[in-house]
Amino acid sequence: MEVDMKIKKFFLYFTIILSILSFGSLSQAGDYPDRPISVVVAYNPGGATDFQARLVTMMAAHPKKDYLGQPIVIINKPGAGGKVGWNWFASKARNDGYDLAAYNVPHFISQSIVFDDTKYNIDNLEPIANWGADPAVLIVGPDSPFNSVADLLKFAKANPGKVTFSGAGKFVGHHIAFLQFQKASGTKLTYVPHTGGVPALAAVKGGQVMAGFNNLSDAYRSQKDIKILAIADLQREATFLPNVPTLKEEGVDVDNSSVNFRGIMAPKGTDPKIIEFLAAKVPLMFNDKKTLKQMKKGGSPVRIMNRAEVQAMWKARKVSLTKLLAGLAP
Amino acid sequence: MEFLSYFSNVFTFTNLLILFLGTVGGLLMGAAPGLSPTMAVALLIPFTFKMSPEQGLIMLGAVYTSTVAGGAISAILLKIPGAPANIATVMDGYPMAKAGKPKEALHYCFISSFIGGVIGIFILIFFTPVLAGFALKFGPSHMFWIAIFGVTVIATLDSNSIIKGLFSGAIGLWLATIGYDSVLGVERFVFNPIFSGGINIIAALVGLFAIPQVLSMLESKQNISDQFEMEKRSLSQSVLYNISRIKALTVGSISGVIIGLIPGAGGQIAGLVSYDQIKKISKNKENFGKGEPDGIIAAESANNAMVGPSLVPLLTLGVPGSPTAAVLLGGLLIHGMFPGSNLFTVYAETTWTFIDSLLIAQLMMLVFGLYISGLAKYVIKTPANYMAAAITILAIFGTYSVQHNFADVIVMLFLGVSMFFLSKFGFTAAPIVLGLILGPIAETNFTQAKIIADTQNGIFSYLTSGPLNLTIISLCIISITYGFITEMKKKKND
Repeated sequence: MEVDMKIKKFFLYFTIILSILSFGSLSQAGDYPDRPISVVVAYNPGGATDFQARLVTMMAAHPKKDYLGQPIVIINKPGAGGKVGWNWFASKARNDGYDLAAYNVPHFISQSIVFDDTKYNIDNLEPIANWGADPAVLIVGPDSPFNSVADLLKFAKANPGKVTFSGAGKFVGHHIAFLQFQKASGTKLTYVPHTGGVPALAAVKGGQVMAGFNNLSDAYRSQKDIKILAIADLQREATFLPNVPTLKEEGVDVDNSSVNFRGIMAPKGTDPKIIEFLAAKVPLMFNDKKTLKQMKKGGSPVRIMNRAEVQAMWKARKVSLTKLLAGLAP
Repeated sequence: MEFLSYFSNVFTFTNLLILFLGTVGGLLMGAAPGLSPTMAVALLIPFTFKMSPEQGLIMLGAVYTSTVAGGAISAILLKIPGAPANIATVMDGYPMAKAGKPKEALHYCFISSFIGGVIGIFILIFFTPVLAGFALKFGPSHMFWIAIFGVTVIATLDSNSIIKGLFSGAIGLWLATIGYDSVLGVERFVFNPIFSGGINIIAALVGLFAIPQVLSMLESKQNISDQFEMEKRSLSQSVLYNISRIKALTVGSISGVIIGLIPGAGGQIAGLVSYDQIKKISKNKENFGKGEPDGIIAAESANNAMVGPSLVPLLTLGVPGSPTAAVLLGGLLIHGMFPGSNLFTVYAETTWTFIDSLLIAQLMMLVFGLYISGLAKYVIKTPANYMAAAITILAIFGTYSVQHNFADVIVMLFLGVSMFFLSKFGFTAAPIVLGLILGPIAETNFTQAKIIADTQNGIFSYLTSGPLNLTIISLCIISITYGFITEMKKKKND
């Protein structure tokens, strides 16, 4: 019976500790923020957005730095190319400043244009700051007969619909780049949506598809297993891929609408004072030397933008994407 | 023999401490329902920011190894698999414990995990260059057939009745279609917004296994200790018997290794496939499901043999061989280590130290796992009402922690209560969970295959051409035919 007593004691202590802990989280006072802040990532753990979100928020509670003074907890709510997480965020998140989310442009904007079951759009979300910009690049497998955009287009024109492209899902940056590329080059191509950037890249490496649009950062890391033909941006990427031409240089008129901007946002209705506080502190946190060093090590292109810049970028994207996606049903 | 020269790096005080904490923590996390290996590794990644790349990887590797094995503890003692990888362990582990041999069952679990795990890591050490390209050969058509092969396993998984097994599997496959289609983004069967994210696999696992167990504990008002006692069993006896089961160990390790190399399949399928195989080739088929040690040995050697090979495509190509390996990719990138040949040249020291530490982690998992087996008497002696309360708390916390979503908890409880009533009619949970795991793999890959095939010669020729497709198709046919023959024989004997 000695064992029985031990177990009963254990449960008694367990219950006491649990009740103390739950009391602690109920009592709240003081200035914002006085407890950890959660950031919802609408993609799986291990993906580029998740990985970067974890990196850029790691200094939030650093005792020697005056950033947020509280740690940021990443919560993954993946599904349907981000729809599940962002729908939750726009409709269910509390607007007390403790529920924030990571955004991906153009993904969430194009989804809000094309689908009628999205609960989010640029009007019910408040940008805080932008940390990165990852352009889409056109890639082919290592043994591909295509060595340039011209090679690929020559084949595509002779074989309409035969060239398969992988990308990380529907209406994400890769798909936007694909749609623009198809329209501007006047060819007919086939898009094969994958469940994420990593599997989409693997499909190109293994020759399951003939080509693909993928993140510059991921493609840069896999340069030995793929050929990078062009970049879907207005200028070349100077740090990581200075020798890769833009699609425009290759004669296909594609702008930077597909560039994947990543940053942090709050739900509408969050206290303006809190938004102001976050908008002032978060860019400083992104700009931390240690964070920048880690981002560079991880091959993740950084582009820090403040709240006003992001607001302007969101608006501009909404206009250009509406034009591009006009007449495209899901 | 390059790997030998880096062993000394593992044996520093800090590294050993990290290994120790990772292993013990991993065993406990694995045993808690809801905390799957994938979740455990994802939770720990932020902690590695402050560590050196070596230390960070050692911790993640140790946790990956031991959570996979830890899930078997609750599978054997409570009939609740700690993670999807341990579903097959329940089949014979729990009956064995119930028959008064819980300690022996735990012994086999950790010894087999160790043997399978070490074989898997040796595959990683010696065959990485040869096998590196293997993962890339698997396109949508092959992955579709792999999922179909898994479906053929469903039929024979439930030893009582093929019909009930298939029916349960179909329920699982249907549950898997709830939510958004992962390729085209179309919404299906979303009756209520809480289903828009689909049925979370961990929520389903916890609900289908843990809740019926809680309800039956309350129903019977019995202590587990009234059902079974902790027996005296010497470790050396268990080791000798375990090693003599060469067939089960071979089947388990080979299935684990192959499935580990295939991208995205993972331990959940490894355990079940190897369990099914050993059941089919064993001489004492009728003992399976009633406490046959070979069932535990095959399942546990398989899910740990998967760990090493799942890192082969990850380290060489950045293509994760299992969902947990996918999370581990983040752990590598954080330290600026990109998968590819650089890992074995520029970062050779870190990479080899990491691989060597996985071997030591297997050993630690064995030692502490066996030690924990001895403590299992506390679980057994716990009165049923305390146990039921504790499991319920863990089930709710575990489910909520996956995505911080209360809707998952509701789904978990609903599935659990339904399962409790279904089990009264002889249905079992394992085929439902397997259907839920295989559904998305089959569907996503079929949709992709269809899109690609339409640019070529059509879906039929795309799915049936090439040696790899034909090999997997023949495996499916063998599996189905075998199931039928066994069933016919059984009928004749009756």
